[in-house]
Amino acid sequence: MGRPIVQSMKDSNQRKKHNFGIGGWFGAWLGMSLFIYIALILLLIVADVWYVLAAYWDNPGGVDMLDWDNLWGSVKLTFLSCTISAILSVFIAVPIGYLLSRYRFWGRSVIDAILDIPVVLPPLVIGLSLLILFNNFPPKILGWGVDSLDGYLSHIGIRITNTKFAIIVAQFTVAAAFAIRTVKATFDQIDPRSEHVAMTVGASRGRAFFDVVMPQSYRGIVAAGTLAWARALGEFGPILVFAGATRGKTEVLSTSVYLEINTGNVNGAVIISLLMIALAMITILTVRICTEKGAKYDMHR
Amino acid sequence: MICIDNISIRAGEFTISNISFKIPNGKCLALMGKSGSGKTTIMEAICGLREVINGGIINGEKDITYAVPRDRMVGLVPQDNVLFPTMTVREHLAYGPLMRKWKKAEVHARVAEVAESLGISLLLDRLPRWLSGGEAKRVAIGRAIAAKPELLCLDESFTGLDRETLVDIMRVLKSTIQREKISTLLITHHQQEADLLADEIYNLKNH
Repeated sequence: MGRPIVQSMKDSNQRKKHNFGIGGWFGAWLGMSLFIYIALILLLIVADVWYVLAAYWDNPGGVDMLDWDNLWGSVKLTFLSCTISAILSVFIAVPIGYLLSRYRFWGRSVIDAILDIPVVLPPLVIGLSLLILFNNFPPKILGWGVDSLDGYLSHIGIRITNTKFAIIVAQFTVAAAFAIRTVKATFDQIDPRSEHVAMTVGASRGRAFFDVVMPQSYRGIVAAGTLAWARALGEFGPILVFAGATRGKTEVLSTSVYLEINTGNVNGAVIISLLMIALAMITILTVRICTEKGAKYDMHR
Repeated sequence: MICIDNISIRAGEFTISNISFKIPNGKCLALMGKSGSGKTTIMEAICGLREVINGGIINGEKDITYAVPRDRMVGLVPQDNVLFPTMTVREHLAYGPLMRKWKKAEVHARVAEVAESLGISLLLDRLPRWLSGGEAKRVAIGRAIAAKPELLCLDESFTGLDRETLVDIMRVLKSTIQREKISTLLITHHQQEADLLADEIYNLKNH
């Protein structure tokens, strides 16, 4: 009789790692792809840090070229406008995403294409179009009325163009389109029969949505909000055209970078860029950690 | 008594027509047929999830052919349960009664009663992902019958259960539908399931 197999495994004190089959060329492909892209992103940041440090080494007084009070105002406005834009985007994305995910109606593909316009258009074009919409449209009808949307809004004391509102409108226009795509993909993954079951036992379509679909799509909706926030943070072209780049007034961080470059302070621009990276990382990580804790369940665990 | 009177249903490319059957209270009718013969389509039409283009569905005295799902007093057990991942077993059982605006005490008593009769009283605080196949099936049945439906639709609900679990659940189910006088529509392609639960068999390939 030979030694029992179990015994012989106990004897060898070196326990072998489980082989998940990620070896050879396949593992190399997966690993290299990750490595190359992560390295690219990290090198971008490292290069920025290096640039700032080197400049500081040459001329320690150079940092004073930044107006820190003004920059703090820019940080606050950025955070506020991005958050408002993200919340507005989610509010509009949830119903639209559900509509597109669950219903087949006439003209659906046309609507789908329209919703992609903010995604495919160059941001600058969106800014220009917003500017024209609010300042040169609609025309006077038979000599009646004002010749712009802003003109009408001024009757209730609001002005959009070149104000902080313009920043939010510009950010929202693009960010919402991304949020809608994300939310729709989330709803697509939820079996429509869960609403069906809820409806047969007595829920209305609306109740079924809020009781059954919304709790399941919690993560996807948060992801959509985060994506919208990130898009809003990166928004520059439309803000420049539509909100202007007025120091301390309609200045968000992306505008600040632009203004610093324009005044020849590349070093300051790089410092602000690093600040943006930090702000984005902190916000996205915070949201992610909070939702990990908040989720009562996880279908993929 | 649920009466299906000569209904026609459009399902994508093809149409299912001239379907008629009756299910008396507390009795079970097995709707049998091959895959693709339209069993599930008929059930969806009865639950109000699909449009009927002709004929009528009568529940007792009421014509429910065009009623919204919630007004039909039906309960549905889909093939793979489709439990709500965010709700505990208790919330599943309470959902129907709450939607039908029962009083709190009544809901509470009903949840206890249903859980007791299905043998899931000890699982009330669990989430679906911690349930075994048989347990999940019982919860899905409990959710469907909690609000005292007049018609229970079992859509190939027992596929994939082992024989022992199947017999066990069928026994519980049979006594429940007889006690609560629920008309039951069992959709299946297994003769064994029909033998265990049904009083009558309606074979779709005759049409």
